[in-house]
Amino acid sequence: MRRLVVILPVAIFAALLGVMGALLTDGERNNDPSRLPSPLVGKPAPAISLPAVADNIPGGFSTEDLKGQVTIVNVFASWCIPCLAEHPLITQLAADGARVYGINHRDKSADAVTWLRRHGNPYKAIGFDADARASLEWGVTGVPETFIIDANGTIAYKHAGPITPEVLKQKILPKLREIEGG
Amino acid sequence: MIAEIGQYVLIAALVLAAVQAIVPLWGAARGDAGLMMVGDRTAIAQAAALLIAFAALTHGFVTSDFSLSVVFQNSHSLKPMLYKVSGVWGNHEGSMLLWVLVLALFSAAVAVYGRNLPPTLKARVLSIQAMIGFAFLAFIIFTSNPFARLSPAPLDGTGLNPLLQDPGLAFHPPLLYLGYVGFSMAFSFAIAALIEGRVDAAWGRWVRPWTLAAWTFLTGGIALGSWWAYYELGWGGWWFWDPVENASFMPWLFGTALLHSSIVVEKRDALKSWTILLAILTFSMSLLGTFLVRSGVLTSVHAFATDPERGVFILAILAIAIGGALTLFAVRAPGMKGGGLFAPASREGALIANNMLLTLAAATVLLGTLYPLILEALSGGETRVSVGPPFFNATFGPIMVPLVLLMAIGPLMAWKRGNLRTASRKIIPAAIAALLAIGVTFLAVPDGPGLAPFAMGLAAWLAAGTIAEWGGRIKLFSSPPSVSWRRLSGQPRSASGMSLAHLGLAIMIVGITGSSAWRTELVTTLSPGETVEGAGYAVTLESVTEGRGPNYSFERATLRIEEDGELVTTMHTERRFFPIANQTTTEAGIRTTLLSDLYGVIGERGRTPETADAWTVRFFVNPLVPWIWLGALVMVFGGFLSLSDRRHRVGAPRRAANTAPPANPPTQPLPAPAE
Amino acid sequence: MRQITAALAITLMTFLASAAPSLAVEPDEVLADPVLENRAREISTELRCVVCQNQSIDDSDADIARDMRLLVRERLVAGDNDEEVVNYIVARYGDFVLLRPPFQPNTLALWLAPPIMAVVIATLSVLFYQTYQRRRLAGTGPDPLSPSDRAELDALVERIARTSPPNPSNMQRSRFRAEIEAGLKPPEPDSEDAPTDGGEQTDDPQRA
Repeated sequence: MRRLVVILPVAIFAALLGVMGALLTDGERNNDPSRLPSPLVGKPAPAISLPAVADNIPGGFSTEDLKGQVTIVNVFASWCIPCLAEHPLITQLAADGARVYGINHRDKSADAVTWLRRHGNPYKAIGFDADARASLEWGVTGVPETFIIDANGTIAYKHAGPITPEVLKQKILPKLREIEGG
Repeated sequence: MIAEIGQYVLIAALVLAAVQAIVPLWGAARGDAGLMMVGDRTAIAQAAALLIAFAALTHGFVTSDFSLSVVFQNSHSLKPMLYKVSGVWGNHEGSMLLWVLVLALFSAAVAVYGRNLPPTLKARVLSIQAMIGFAFLAFIIFTSNPFARLSPAPLDGTGLNPLLQDPGLAFHPPLLYLGYVGFSMAFSFAIAALIEGRVDAAWGRWVRPWTLAAWTFLTGGIALGSWWAYYELGWGGWWFWDPVENASFMPWLFGTALLHSSIVVEKRDALKSWTILLAILTFSMSLLGTFLVRSGVLTSVHAFATDPERGVFILAILAIAIGGALTLFAVRAPGMKGGGLFAPASREGALIANNMLLTLAAATVLLGTLYPLILEALSGGETRVSVGPPFFNATFGPIMVPLVLLMAIGPLMAWKRGNLRTASRKIIPAAIAALLAIGVTFLAVPDGPGLAPFAMGLAAWLAAGTIAEWGGRIKLFSSPPSVSWRRLSGQPRSASGMSLAHLGLAIMIVGITGSSAWRTELVTTLSPGETVEGAGYAVTLESVTEGRGPNYSFERATLRIEEDGELVTTMHTERRFFPIANQTTTEAGIRTTLLSDLYGVIGERGRTPETADAWTVRFFVNPLVPWIWLGALVMVFGGFLSLSDRRHRVGAPRRAANTAPPANPPTQPLPAPAE
Repeated sequence: MRQITAALAITLMTFLASAAPSLAVEPDEVLADPVLENRAREISTELRCVVCQNQSIDDSDADIARDMRLLVRERLVAGDNDEEVVNYIVARYGDFVLLRPPFQPNTLALWLAPPIMAVVIATLSVLFYQTYQRRRLAGTGPDPLSPSDRAELDALVERIARTSPPNPSNMQRSRFRAEIEAGLKPPEPDSEDAPTDGGEQTDDPQRA
């Protein structure tokens, strides 16, 4: 019995090594150790209703409006640098035919308008979420975040952080193909 | 130029470590005294080399040499000199250098002060130390070089995290490392013993001063960090069960267990394999902590680099060091036998119970800290849970209760077989004190949390029990004062140290209870000149002035605190903005008396035009909080007192040999095989 | 104005007497109903700020922490009980947001481990102790000394016996050896009487 017991520490340690090794070599994790899987994936998108950013920006929408067609909802802000970085890819998605909505998170109306004017507005509609209450409803932890909502209004996918070409190729596009094919 | 010298001595240290790792070990296997002596010399040389390297890096920081990458990233010309110096270890590369420096200093200490150690044991200890040093020096040179240059040299640096620009925190890492890394000595002694295939009472005696030194420093380091968090972070909190706090607490828990079980090895030649395992585990926790902080697996306020490449390197070091040690243990430990008989109710039994409880506590903290990582790994990143203070408070507290109860009883038990009747008689003062404390607390604060009186009772039990045991030892009140006085001055320092350390814990418990249970808080917005009443005091915001510090701008509020119309104190609290780091910190105004802290913090200014003239003011009354640090200080003092015991320097147990005639003096050390 | 502030502060103070202090809760977040506010504070200390490192929303300065604090109060005012408020937030952010890990299948190991470990440690200790006692009492079992130790002991015994006056005899030698081997070490000077290390206590009733 003694032999068994003295082997226990090594065995436990070996298991721990495995765990740490797995975590360290997880590429996705390394890029963002604070990423959080969302419990809302696979559930209907929580009900929100947002006004437009400004009179001259098409927008204001509610969760109901998202139904009927696959929609990409992108949470962004004018003060957010990674949002600017991913903006061309969002624009690209819209240009390729995806229906892209936006949630303007904790922003000032004038700033958002200026930002959109300068960098382009690919969004079919933008909801103005000045107090971030709607973002909270959707479990948003920061900007940018991107959701894929299927035609039934269910959240099919959520990505926290900017969309990069890799993310686009490996996660977003396959997911879009998957739900549209079904 | 100086940095290049630093670079060269760093490489020299690596080479010395390699030599020290191999030659003395080989010499010990062959019984070659000359080869074994090499260890002594390389240890001293290595320490010297690393001192030079550290001095070179300090020079780089002090002269603001921004061509050094690490200085650029962590310093700024406007930074006050104290923080330029403490910035040396306020970053990953510099702190790693400090790590190996402390390791080398301990090895050199063994080389110089370990004259009474058997040469083979000493040689093996130095070799193991050098192996660890070699691994981390390689890590530094290949992945975290503090002397890496930037070309072209920038004009100024990016500054040091404002939170770290504080005197308390300047000294926290060195003290912590002296403890943390100091446990490498116990580890090396343990491995050396496993290689020799022998653990005996002498080993227990030799390892004790090193373990005690490391323990004392670690206690001080943790307490300092906790005190700093209390006055700097502005929450009035002092322990958050943050993963990196836990990473320093786990070596402390195992180290305390080690300290106690090595006594049993020394006195009774028992518990050998268990003590060896503890020595390995304690330092393993230190290594694990080093890994957690620097690998990026955790996000924490303490975390340094988030570089998986470095993480993998350290993980490899862990695998070899800890895996190798534990494997050696699994192979060699069953062969170790021996020891005296003892009854379950005896000093040995009490120390075993102490070890069981401390191990359970350490294992619980370890599990809580690692569980989110384990779950995340097993679920492929899909599941994330948090294990926060509620878990640790719910599990750690109940384990500490029986431990504290035992702490008053254990010293009353004799070796081999304790006399329960006598012990129960001697524990009566503790029981009375406990009941009194419970009653008094309940009467004084009837509507506080229900557990508080019991916590105070626990503290009283420990304090009274410790004092009563000490009193019994010097025969206080049962003999004329002159006898007591003589016994007092004749007390071995390690015994007094023990009593002090235990008393220190009792004091800490009082502080912890007071601050957790009876804290009161006042949160309000005030304009200059306004007063608010609450928590038994009247708080007036007298004025808010603006100004500039060396590398920050500040808003400084003067708070006037009155009690029953009389001025108690005027305190200043600041909100500082560091433009380079784009960060805001708060400096709390604290008035400390022996009984409580008055803690005032100024918050944000009102954001709307109507509230622009008002600031958020938070005022806390923290009863008994100073006792936490006082208790820790007493514990550290007890540790140093114990360390100064002359018998540690003799380093060998007394051999009785009473049946053998007195021709042999009782202090003859055990003859070493190499003689 | 001053009176309102004072009243608010006093109310806050009274009901927050046992709650952890917060640097983060702003006066404008505080609810009018002190009972609800107290509940809000307690719930907040159990919710994690998801963008911070190991802080509760009660302690954190972050924007999202403030948003969550307001959300908690909003749900309380809407009539949710404590559990419902927490579930509302967990539904959106996952178990990660709970500082006290929930008691569910994937955290069973965590919660059950401390009591189980306690039992295991205690059992192992008792078993090892009993084996140890049995073996030492029986006097059988493997040689407690390693071969090098055995040789050393023999040499030591020889030396002592040789230098002892006046009649070194084989009997003395073997008696000494037997005593050592039987585990009955000669009485140590640092036991019983003199005050020594670790405060070894005399339990001799006559000396009380």
